Amino acid sequence: MSAVAFTVERWTPAARLTIAATVVLAVVAALAPLWLGPGAMDRLTILFVYVILAAMWNALAGYGGLVSVGQQVFFGLGAYFTIRLADAGIDPFVAMVAGAVIVGVIAVPLSFPMLQLRGGEFAIGMWVVAELAHLLVNLDPLIRGETGTSLIALNAYDAPMRRNLIYWLALVSVAGLLGGLFLLLRSRIGASIQAIRDSEEAAASLGVEVTRTKRLIFVLAAFGAALAGALWLATALTFQPKAYFSVQWTAYMIFMVLVGGIGTFEGAIIGAVIFFAIETWFGAAGVWYLVGLGAAALVFALLLPRGIWGSVERRTGLRLLPVGYRLVVGASPAAVRAAPLKETS
Amino acid sequence: MINTIIQGVLLGGYYALIAAGLSFMFSVMHVINLAHGSLAVLAAYALFVLAQSYGIPPFLGLLIVLPLMAVIGVILQRLVLERAMRAGQLVPILATFGLSIVIDNALFEAFGANTRSLGNFIGSLSYDSVELPGGIFVGKLAIGIFAVAVVVLVGLQLFLSYTAYGRAIRATAADADTAGLVGINARRANAVATAIALVTVGLAGAALGMRGTFDAYAGGSQLLFGFEAAVIGGVGSVWGTLVGGIVLALAQSLGARISPLGFLIAGHGVFLVVLFVRIWLAGGVAFLTQRAAA
Repeated sequence: MSAVAFTVERWTPAARLTIAATVVLAVVAALAPLWLGPGAMDRLTILFVYVILAAMWNALAGYGGLVSVGQQVFFGLGAYFTIRLADAGIDPFVAMVAGAVIVGVIAVPLSFPMLQLRGGEFAIGMWVVAELAHLLVNLDPLIRGETGTSLIALNAYDAPMRRNLIYWLALVSVAGLLGGLFLLLRSRIGASIQAIRDSEEAAASLGVEVTRTKRLIFVLAAFGAALAGALWLATALTFQPKAYFSVQWTAYMIFMVLVGGIGTFEGAIIGAVIFFAIETWFGAAGVWYLVGLGAAALVFALLLPRGIWGSVERRTGLRLLPVGYRLVVGASPAAVRAAPLKETS
Repeated sequence: MINTIIQGVLLGGYYALIAAGLSFMFSVMHVINLAHGSLAVLAAYALFVLAQSYGIPPFLGLLIVLPLMAVIGVILQRLVLERAMRAGQLVPILATFGLSIVIDNALFEAFGANTRSLGNFIGSLSYDSVELPGGIFVGKLAIGIFAVAVVVLVGLQLFLSYTAYGRAIRATAADADTAGLVGINARRANAVATAIALVTVGLAGAALGMRGTFDAYAGGSQLLFGFEAAVIGGVGSVWGTLVGGIVLALAQSLGARISPLGFLIAGHGVFLVVLFVRIWLAGGVAFLTQRAAA
């Protein structure tokens, strides 16, 4: 047989349209305080926090192959360092970002032992780290044990101004983290990350520096979760260690990513939107709602491991935010729709 | 001080008991069951309901609950673990974590926030003690739990070494396909292994309920304690698990003398220190899964 002619596809018309729509959406969202009510803005801020949490956990588990049930450690520490820095007289909004940076820095030395653990050891090991961090934060007299404290420094801003600033910081955070992750995944490092996701041994044999690449994702995921924790603190105002270091945050992350589609860029975002909608409608159902979330995570893991977006992608070959390379046989992209190729995305 | 150490050693027996099933499942199926602790709490609640509503004392209740746990184990293996293990290394973690969320919150829905204990249903055993030379009193219950842990750990080892089912389970663990070639039913071997692990979980749940109080969300801590004991001692080694439980409990007991939070801080701390030192000594090789990967 003669050599098959192919082209390497990195963009699709649908993807260009998605990027354009995303930019428009971001501009519209940035102007939202002009016409949205305070309640709607608070809800949107919470949606942004969920999107960050889902995207970061997906980066860690879906791309890095590292399932952690202790990501609440970074969420909680992000909020804690915000409180600490604000207490030291730093502007609360600066403290939120600086707090997340501190957590990212802490994640670097932490990654050395933790990344030596495999599978379930890593998962539970991270949980132990989260429990220990929770207890140590409780020892800080400023926090007053489980009684907790508040981000009083935010009172320096009047209520409408404060709400707008939190909203904008959340918007910038979600846009920056998603945009950064998208560019990272499309870069040379992104190719390594996706190779590791598909097969760690094969990637290593091709010269991919597995541990260093995983460390990068680990630290990024820690920073993102910490920023989410700081934003959550800003909307909730109160800091009770138990509420922030709860394993329930990880349950939410797992639910969002499994339902949306683990290891797909779009899936985590879709999962976060679904979780947000479910929480809005059923959150009042209390504990049964949590039973439902756990059951959904279990069922998706067993029966639909690709999640919603992963299944859509497989059936239709649709790529809205393509982070991979695709070989198109013949030059016509239309041929792909007719006969989707098996490829790494 | 000597009293603290003796109490610590006996508490270590409980941790070894909860670690036994976790370590057993890991060494023969390469699965860490994140619902392990929640299932122990489920067993404790089952014993509580039998005692409270039907007047069946916990020791008699075990005759009902332990077979029930074995059945749950077979169902768990058939419905969840088997499918999850085929789907890759990460799926069993996600699936069993989802299961633990379901169990914890369903128990909370059923029993509310009040803490429960089996202590009221076991007569004077919950406070009976024997006096050791030197005027030290140790609880009979703590000694009993320690003895059960030793029996379970040794029993599991003997079962694996000397019975046909034990050999089938080990063969399946080493290489399921080859085991199949020589006529071993891998599905059944794994179902038996899970059932046995869940019987030890039932015993651990009974111990948890008898020695103190528990609530619907106690499963997470039990999982962590069991995991820490298993890792400190080295997974798959009988006496290692017991030593791991004792080291964990001693650290906790000594930590508690320093501050109220010291109990948990010292426990998690000693686990992480042992983990880091061992990783460092091994030159950065995942020591735990080496056995599993082989």
